[in-house]
Amino acid sequence: MKFGEFGGQFVPEVLIPPLKELEKAYNELKDDEEFKRELDYYLRNYAGRPTPLYFAKNLTEKLGGAKIYLKREDLLHSGAHKINNTIGQALLAKKMGKTRLIAETGAGQHGVATAIAGALLGLKVDVYMGAEDVERQKMNVFRMKLLGAEVIPVHSGSRTLKDAINEALRDWVATFEYTHYLIGSVVGPHPYPTIVRDFQSVIGRETKRQILEIEGTLPDVIVACVGGGSNAIGIFYPFIEDKSVRLIGVEAAGKGIETGKHSASLCAGEKGILHGMLSYFLQDEDGQIATTHSIAAGLDYPGVGPEHAWLKESGRAEYVAVTDDQALKAFVELSKTEGILPALESAHALAYAMEIAKEMSKDEIVVVNLSGRGDKDLGIVMEALACSASRL
Amino acid sequence: MFSKPALITFITAGDPNVKATLDFMLTLDKYSEVIELGIPFSDPMADGKAIQKANVRALKAGTRVRDVFNIVREFREYSDTPVVLMTYYNPVYRMGVERFVAKAKESGASAMIVVDLPLEEAGEYLNVCERYDMGTVFLAAPNTPDDRLRMIDEASSAFVYLISLYGTTGAREKLSQLAFDLLKRAKRICSKPLAVGFGVSKAEHVRDLIKAGADGVVVGSAIVDIIGKYGEDAMDPLEEKLKELRSGLNL
Repeated sequence: MKFGEFGGQFVPEVLIPPLKELEKAYNELKDDEEFKRELDYYLRNYAGRPTPLYFAKNLTEKLGGAKIYLKREDLLHSGAHKINNTIGQALLAKKMGKTRLIAETGAGQHGVATAIAGALLGLKVDVYMGAEDVERQKMNVFRMKLLGAEVIPVHSGSRTLKDAINEALRDWVATFEYTHYLIGSVVGPHPYPTIVRDFQSVIGRETKRQILEIEGTLPDVIVACVGGGSNAIGIFYPFIEDKSVRLIGVEAAGKGIETGKHSASLCAGEKGILHGMLSYFLQDEDGQIATTHSIAAGLDYPGVGPEHAWLKESGRAEYVAVTDDQALKAFVELSKTEGILPALESAHALAYAMEIAKEMSKDEIVVVNLSGRGDKDLGIVMEALACSASRL
Repeated sequence: MFSKPALITFITAGDPNVKATLDFMLTLDKYSEVIELGIPFSDPMADGKAIQKANVRALKAGTRVRDVFNIVREFREYSDTPVVLMTYYNPVYRMGVERFVAKAKESGASAMIVVDLPLEEAGEYLNVCERYDMGTVFLAAPNTPDDRLRMIDEASSAFVYLISLYGTTGAREKLSQLAFDLLKRAKRICSKPLAVGFGVSKAEHVRDLIKAGADGVVVGSAIVDIIGKYGEDAMDPLEEKLKELRSGLNL
């Protein structure tokens, strides 16, 4: 299955049979009542769904424009939306008879969410993490170990997320008979972008029900940050047919697109093929994949999910980019006005939402997917603000 | 495309630099029926440590795709030995499939292997290769079912590349039984020449595979390891290794 021309299965031959096996198992299970009940049980009683859709009154009044609502994925167990997908895929893996999960992680959020799902369901977990990220994210490494997972530092390439994915794929090629590769975003070869999107769509389904309950109408704009793009697809997907709702994905402009130090693959990338999919990638003339930068590790990926590429190309969604500095400002602003520390990733979405809300009328509605909480980022934020204490 | 039994040797272009690659190829040429030349890529996900490092060395040395074509062109001035370009799909896609294949052909390459391009995605590529008379090589793995093996055989105009194990490239102590099982199955199903690779690193591996009916064997990491160790000065140990591997062809 493809999204327009995007997606596909650009993988070595040896992975074709395991991908077919996964697709078959998923198609059989996704509408299975017992599977749905079980997933729903864990999402409710373990992860903490449904999450609130919170009217950010203080922020709205301060900006004086559109009403801003926050979808509080930050309140989930583990502190981010990642767990919607890891519980879903871990259940799927278990039904497929797999005994081991492998995952890639950048900042460690998906690794932690996978370790949690593994602990919950009794599956062994090995997490690949770029050696650079292992250094930068010591707390999450420790957290994963506490949760019983093994963290394997990846020293190849740029020693970050994309290399962790390469290494996880190399593992999977050798171990697929008993291992499920639990991809953390809407990336990778088919059927992963579809599976992850389906598990994350619970965000959008709840949002729709909640906003109709509270406001009796659909929102005018939905804003979400996009690295690989799983929280964004999760909240966008149930609204795709509601053409009156503007969908805006916010990428990381890092130190500014013009500096080349960013990870805005939709805004500044070119079509290409990596990690099994045709999508947009930051790359050079020869197709060598670029190294990227963002203050938010979860956005620091040179590609993007193929469905986003399609939503951009078809014009259904818009994609913009926000710099490290803008995201930092939004981080501080939400902390002060609402008492909520957003993840730096989510702060990108928030920064853009704040900008457009100001220009909108008071009866219009903007929903921001607050995909994760900011506690994990305190070290980075502290360091960044130390250089400019005036911001506090 | 090659006389049997064939020793197919692999190196990464530009490792440790473009000039050395041509020298290495001339040495490989003395002992090989086919030379497989890897186009360095930033994210070689099907490769083990040895070839990953070779890719890093080549890219650090500034190797461009056009340099690889130039190497082949220069090699052609000295030898008619077939050169097979091994690449990941992105460099091909980025340049444009037609432009890439046309340039590869014009430089004198005989065939191409695109590691991460399975049949399902290869429609345009196959058309272009046919039009430019560029040989195609597809890979088959121990878990490739019979009907797929048949399709791979059909799509491969040069030879079929059988992967000997579950895993990435890299020298191994022993050959896996999987290699022999796949070879047996492929011999029954395929009509094209069969080359076995991944993990083949010693004369005895070469001998065992040829005995079992392989038309060719591919040795990569064991050679690339030597280049990794000795750099530009790899010529002598390289030649020694090639002699050893070559002895495996004498049954």
